[in-house]
Amino acid sequence: MTNDFKVIDEQHEGGKRAIVSYVIGFALSIILTLIPYFMVVNHMAVSKTLMFGVLLFALVQFLVQVIFFLHLSKKSRPYWNLIVFAYTILVVAILVIGSIWIMDNLNYNTMNMTPFDSNEGYIPSADR
Amino acid sequence: MTTQTLTHHKEGSWEARHNKEAKALFGFWIYIMSDVLLFGSLFATYAVLHNNVFGGPSAGELFSMPFVLTETLILLTSTFTYGLASVYAHHHNRKDLVIFWMMLTMFLGVAFLVMEVTEFVKLFGEGASWQVSGFLSSFFTLVGTHGVHVTAGVLWMGGLLVQVLRHGLTETTVGKITTLGLFWHFLDIVWIFIFTFVYLMGAI
Repeated sequence: MTNDFKVIDEQHEGGKRAIVSYVIGFALSIILTLIPYFMVVNHMAVSKTLMFGVLLFALVQFLVQVIFFLHLSKKSRPYWNLIVFAYTILVVAILVIGSIWIMDNLNYNTMNMTPFDSNEGYIPSADR
Repeated sequence: MTTQTLTHHKEGSWEARHNKEAKALFGFWIYIMSDVLLFGSLFATYAVLHNNVFGGPSAGELFSMPFVLTETLILLTSTFTYGLASVYAHHHNRKDLVIFWMMLTMFLGVAFLVMEVTEFVKLFGEGASWQVSGFLSSFFTLVGTHGVHVTAGVLWMGGLLVQVLRHGLTETTVGKITTLGLFWHFLDIVWIFIFTFVYLMGAI
């Protein structure tokens, strides 16, 4: 496809840069997988802290893969790609967070109905 | 096919073909976004149901963590090897290396699938099928859907491998390599969230 030596040179340069980008992305992904894994397996914090830590590592790893593997910043039409991407992330966030929120409320309001949670229908007995 | 690409190297026609590839890639990107919505709803379902074990086993009791870590590392490596295949197709025009890295990626993809099926069979053998509880139904649906996607990716890669062997690295096959790359990297990203939300958080 390329008879021009200058073009071949440029392509090789681009290729080198692309390989370096994949190697960096791969190394970061491995690190960002191993750290939370050993944090969880060795129970290195209380569970609430671990939850947030693990979630944070997943989000960083997500960004690393989007940048180094999907190359979202280098498309021919970054504008449209990014807009569709951002909108999808927004919808998924609403879907997931909204579901958890609503169902938690539902559980709270319907599951734990012991007489001690509400004062309706609870008649304190005289002998206690 | 290759000679055709060489002789038709006029500025205008190349531009037109390049534009077509870019459009196809953008269309595929939109499809992937719709797939993100599919996985988003499955993740939401899992998040809601993962505590509803109905007297059956919970996430923390079922999964073997070293096994899951191996699966994760295999899939991560496969996304890297595919990236190398894509680089050699785009920048170096090296058919032999593209075929080598794509075959390695396919092998890793198959290894991942074998491990996943092994895990499912083991769970089934222990009586933890999808009929036991809401947790297990949502688990099998989420992880199984990802597995089906990986299967489709492996089959697609096999077909593309045949095309590269037959036609070499033409404008068309290189375009297809890019498209499949988008899909394969996307599946890896979905797995990162399965690894985090299902396996790591289940083990906490």
